[in-house]
Amino acid sequence: MSASVLYDAQGPRAKRRNVVYSIVFLLALAALVWWVYRGLHDKGQLDWAKWKPLLAGSESWTTYILPGLKNTLIAAALSMVIALPLGAFFGIARLSDHVWVRVPATVVVEFFRAIPVLILMIFGNALFAQYTDVSSDDRPLYAVVTGLVLYNASVLAEIVRAGILALPKGQTEAAQAIGLRKTQVMTSILLPQAVTAMLPAIVSQLVVIVKDTALGGAILTFPELLASVGPMSSYYGANTIACFTVVAVIYVVLNFALTSFASWLERRLRRGKKSTGAVLAPAAVAGTQATGAGGGDMAGGYAGKTHT
Amino acid sequence: MFDFLSGYDLLGAFWVTVQLTLLSAAGSLVWGTLLAGMRVGPVPLMRGFGTAYVNIVRNIPLTVIILFTSLGLNQTLGVNLGSQNFDTINFRFAVLGLIAYTSAFVCEAIRSGINTVPVGQAEAARALGLSFTQVLTLVVLPQAFRSVVGPLTNVLIALTKNTTVAAAIGVAEAAFLMKSMIENEAQLLAISAVFAFGFVCLTLPTGLILGWVGKKVAVKR
Amino acid sequence: MKLRKVTAVSAVVLALAVSATACGSDDKKDEGSSGGGKKIAIGIKYDQPGLGQKTPQGYSGFDVDVAKYVAKKLGYNEDQIEWKESKSADRETMLQRGDVEFIAATYSITPEREKKVDFAGPYLLAHQDVLVRADDTSIKSPADLNSKKLCSVTGSTSAQNIKDTLAPKANLLKYPTYSACLTGLQNKAIDALTTDDSILAGYAAQDQFKGKFKLGGLKMTNENYGIGVKKGSDLKAKINKALEEMVSDGSWQKAVDANFGPANYKNDPAPKIGDIKS
Repeated sequence: MSASVLYDAQGPRAKRRNVVYSIVFLLALAALVWWVYRGLHDKGQLDWAKWKPLLAGSESWTTYILPGLKNTLIAAALSMVIALPLGAFFGIARLSDHVWVRVPATVVVEFFRAIPVLILMIFGNALFAQYTDVSSDDRPLYAVVTGLVLYNASVLAEIVRAGILALPKGQTEAAQAIGLRKTQVMTSILLPQAVTAMLPAIVSQLVVIVKDTALGGAILTFPELLASVGPMSSYYGANTIACFTVVAVIYVVLNFALTSFASWLERRLRRGKKSTGAVLAPAAVAGTQATGAGGGDMAGGYAGKTHT
Repeated sequence: MFDFLSGYDLLGAFWVTVQLTLLSAAGSLVWGTLLAGMRVGPVPLMRGFGTAYVNIVRNIPLTVIILFTSLGLNQTLGVNLGSQNFDTINFRFAVLGLIAYTSAFVCEAIRSGINTVPVGQAEAARALGLSFTQVLTLVVLPQAFRSVVGPLTNVLIALTKNTTVAAAIGVAEAAFLMKSMIENEAQLLAISAVFAFGFVCLTLPTGLILGWVGKKVAVKR
Repeated sequence: MKLRKVTAVSAVVLALAVSATACGSDDKKDEGSSGGGKKIAIGIKYDQPGLGQKTPQGYSGFDVDVAKYVAKKLGYNEDQIEWKESKSADRETMLQRGDVEFIAATYSITPEREKKVDFAGPYLLAHQDVLVRADDTSIKSPADLNSKKLCSVTGSTSAQNIKDTLAPKANLLKYPTYSACLTGLQNKAIDALTTDDSILAGYAAQDQFKGKFKLGGLKMTNENYGIGVKKGSDLKAKINKALEEMVSDGSWQKAVDANFGPANYKNDPAPKIGDIKS
């Protein structure tokens, strides 16, 4: 109940005031919705003819949407599976005691974090075309995955690093005191706790991966979900607004499922824990960020649920 | 080696990128803070709206949002944002789309910052008789902002790179220029490298400077 | 304890993901091997009704019909054709890399492109034109466009022509697809959509738009559609021969009528091979 700390328990007057605020807000919202509805209606964008192929027919789904969705899922899944361990690896490498490990890892991470994914994908595509014999069918997928992995692994590396740095120092000290080696401290003490603590941040990065597959469609002819709007809307008579709306809803559902799964996972992990003080609000991590760890789009995306 | 650059307004394109970034950053900071205020406030309806907004907007690809602003607001609902010229209109709509998208992330960053402020601060403020708005604006937010410079920097860097999506509605920023250069010139890799370098020049200093600022202003507890 | 749970869960996720991708690649292999024998990869557009459009029933359009005819003459049946999407910006690279044998995708022959690839044909002479609402009579010459709101596709030559020579003062909106432009045209937010008349005719001929839009008939440029092949490829001569036969046996006219007929599009007669109008 972190919110309730910010205001007093509501008396009769405050309650009345809140009702007034609610009504005003609701009216404003309703006016907005009405305005959008009228606009769309007047321009014929809500005509059933525009929506029918999408809502009442299966052809549009089997021809355009589902194959696109499949490619989106494949690219996203592959990128996640490769980027997660790679990110953990680089995150740990940046914390290494050895300069010759730490510095290259830092350079790699900072470099790939600073460049738009789009450019990484174009780069990957040209690379695969020039130096490998990957078939032209698979090349866009490879390029998209390469771009997503390079970028997101470096962001995940920062998340992991920040998570480890934010753990209480006592964890390391106690582990060392009972005679664990450096690798053991990392793998059996620090990493599990850091991953649990940073789970929300990691998941919002996974959402970014799902969304960023769409960049591959825009520039590499990778036939993913968003790219399926092109041929679909031209076939059904330029119903672009309807097509984009349906695709947007699919993205929201997909990503919402992903985040819901993650928060379920997080609850499971937290419940089993006899509080060690290792659970931390992501923002606590913010203080430790040297060059702004925590990563691209997520940015401590989820407010920590703990408020001690 | 870089003679293919002549004839292209590289600096101009990156200047548009910078403009997009700064305007959107300012706008999303304001709207994101308002959203965060709604989400922690006492009015249930606003809380619901804030939560719904963040969860929907954050999960839609930015390309779709930007196309929606232009195709939906401008081409269908007839909003012109005070201009008749499509280049200006679409620049403004790109900013609007970027604000709508980025503010969801700003909101979450600020909300996590609010959580780092010790409960005692808010309790003390309430004991003085401050209202919710006063508690938030005078006591909690100033401290929260100082602890979220890091996450907000990441949002800013992500925003800088996200401006490339504005090319989708024909805003002539860096990625737009890159596309036309790739179409007209043969040196794909060299062109990519030049633009990658441009973005590194924009984002790395931002990260370093704001990282330093973040350390400076962090509340020591 | 904790670690085991985390690993267990992530192992499940990983397994799911891997199996999902495994399924994906299996599918692809099946598709590839099912036809058997030799295949020919042809690049077309996927999102241009009347020329190259992906439909629930397969692929349709004039470019597709030409490509099918040519492929047949080269010794490939329809089921041996592997269609590939070739967006405007990708066409030269796709040919240079050998991703496709040839490309029939509203591919205008220009001196710049001829430096990178070879062209067979031309097989259609198109002109840059405008598509306007059926009740709009205000556009009679290119100069009239200067006071109009136009829409074209980002990075297209049509957009560049407007800005450079045809109507530099026109208010030009740039979108990624023509469908997006059409939405604006329907909503009266723009006055005209400009690109090759063949492409515009394809849209105007769609069931949904019958009677709503018309072509301006301005003929502002000459666009000689050719079939792109890799530089120095011996396919060029064979395709030229096939195209000549297509015209002489009447298939060409049949394809034109079938794809552009409903739009009342007055196409130019079939161009002679190698006769590039500038």
